[in-house]
Amino acid sequence: MPNIDYAKLTVDYRTSVQKVEMGLWEKIYYPEIIRGLSITAWHFFRNMTIHTLRAFGMAREKRGAVTYQYPEERRPVHRRYRGRHRLTKKEDGSERCTACMLCETICPTDCIYITPEEHPNPGVEKHPRQYQIDILRCCFCGYCVEACPCDAIRMDTSVMELSDWDRTRLVYDKEYLMRDVAGPGAPPEYAPPVWWLK
Amino acid sequence: MLETIIILVKVWAVLLTLVSLAAIMTWVERKESAIMQDRLGANRADILGFRVIGLFQPMADGLKMFFKEDFVPPQGNKILHTLAPVLAFFPAMVTFAVIPFGNVLNIGDLAIKLQIADLNIGLLFILAFGGFTSYGVVLAGWSSNSKYAMLGGLRGAAQLISYEVVLGLSLVGLVMVYGTLQLDRMVLAQNELLFGFLPAWGIFLQPLAFLLFFPAAIAESKRIPFDLPEAESEIVGYYTEYSGLRFGLFYFAEFVEIIVISALVSTLFFGGYHIPWLYEEGFAFPWGWTWELPHLVVVILRLAAFFVKIAFFAWLQVLIRWTLPRFRFDQMMRLCWKGLLPLVVLNILVTGLILLLAQN
Repeated sequence: MPNIDYAKLTVDYRTSVQKVEMGLWEKIYYPEIIRGLSITAWHFFRNMTIHTLRAFGMAREKRGAVTYQYPEERRPVHRRYRGRHRLTKKEDGSERCTACMLCETICPTDCIYITPEEHPNPGVEKHPRQYQIDILRCCFCGYCVEACPCDAIRMDTSVMELSDWDRTRLVYDKEYLMRDVAGPGAPPEYAPPVWWLK
Repeated sequence: MLETIIILVKVWAVLLTLVSLAAIMTWVERKESAIMQDRLGANRADILGFRVIGLFQPMADGLKMFFKEDFVPPQGNKILHTLAPVLAFFPAMVTFAVIPFGNVLNIGDLAIKLQIADLNIGLLFILAFGGFTSYGVVLAGWSSNSKYAMLGGLRGAAQLISYEVVLGLSLVGLVMVYGTLQLDRMVLAQNELLFGFLPAWGIFLQPLAFLLFFPAAIAESKRIPFDLPEAESEIVGYYTEYSGLRFGLFYFAEFVEIIVISALVSTLFFGGYHIPWLYEEGFAFPWGWTWELPHLVVVILRLAAFFVKIAFFAWLQVLIRWTLPRFRFDQMMRLCWKGLLPLVVLNILVTGLILLLAQN
């Protein structure tokens, strides 16, 4: 066993590396090599047993590997993970955003472009005609979500594959952002008490 | 005429088996290392959607190497650069010619010896061609005209020559015990019994020789912990300037060497194709039971036993390669000349002493 005997520690002051002198047991290599091999062999046989059992449909709850086979098997994402943005909807399916421009203002990378417009309902002041996010510029700081007073933008979709063959498709428009739904484990949406937010 | 055909069939069968085993070894190395590190390993290569636990990976590797650019350094020596991988590959393959993989197969009147060449200097033949591999390394290092390749080649030369000494001397004890250099006779002698129950395997007669032979053999195959000629993380190694199929030949030779070393270790120390207490007529256990078996079953059982032994030692070598770190060069040299060599000489002395006492 590599029990460090501190009395035997010699300090090399040129490199400040603490050296442990090897005893006869370590110097003949074989016992220590067999000890190391038994550790790796134990891992091999344990994992092989699990793989074999799983091939015959047993021991489903055990995993023979700590890795994830990515495209087929995904790592669970934490519920606070900041993924792709989405625009939440009112009960009638229209966007909840009121085009107050707070997110566009706070955005440190200037990646949000809002074109406001008068709302057809005279009781509601504004709504965005267009709401674009240039995901290539976005730094995923989440300030837009924090700034929003209406819970109209969220980053809880758990979508992390943000790549495409075409740059123009990575500037998301309003319709695209409203298509997404909340990812697993996202907190419930804020139910506004005011009727015109519904 | 018939004899020629038999020999050609034997050569063809052994070559094919050796090459396909080496190809499978590339897969085994990937998978075993992955599983012992809690990973899954290569499992993506597929043909028409069938993945078969990654068994198509060797094909994909071969195909990739086939389509790579075949590069020769402009200042290098073109002839030697082409010759070096062949010189590394050929000795590894040819060593298998003298290894017996079965006793005699009788078909009617025909008695086929399951060994390509039954040389009476079989062990010397193996050692001679084992020494031949260093030419491949040195020439690859020199003909590339690259500093890194040169360093790797020189390291390889020093290492292979040093461990050659231990490799050869560790077998002297075995030669003294069995009194022959002929591998076939050595294997036959290992089926006799010690004290009435223990098979006279080399590991029981020469345990120290095995402990010295196995690391020396791993050092000869230039794999971790003795992979200093390659040492991909410090110098890229003697095949720095190689690409495509020439690199593939070096790579492949390494896996052929694993198989050859496994076969050699099982032949010399673990009874070759023998199963304990299995004789030509069938099993005869030391506690009196007997179980008669037909000739063909015995031959197949022995062939299977030889394969199992090869598989085990190949597995063990991969396990060692993925467990241990690399030696430093001075540590490796010190281990050889100050550690293994005195023990090897001691082994010869003690063996000779015991043999002398046994004679008188």
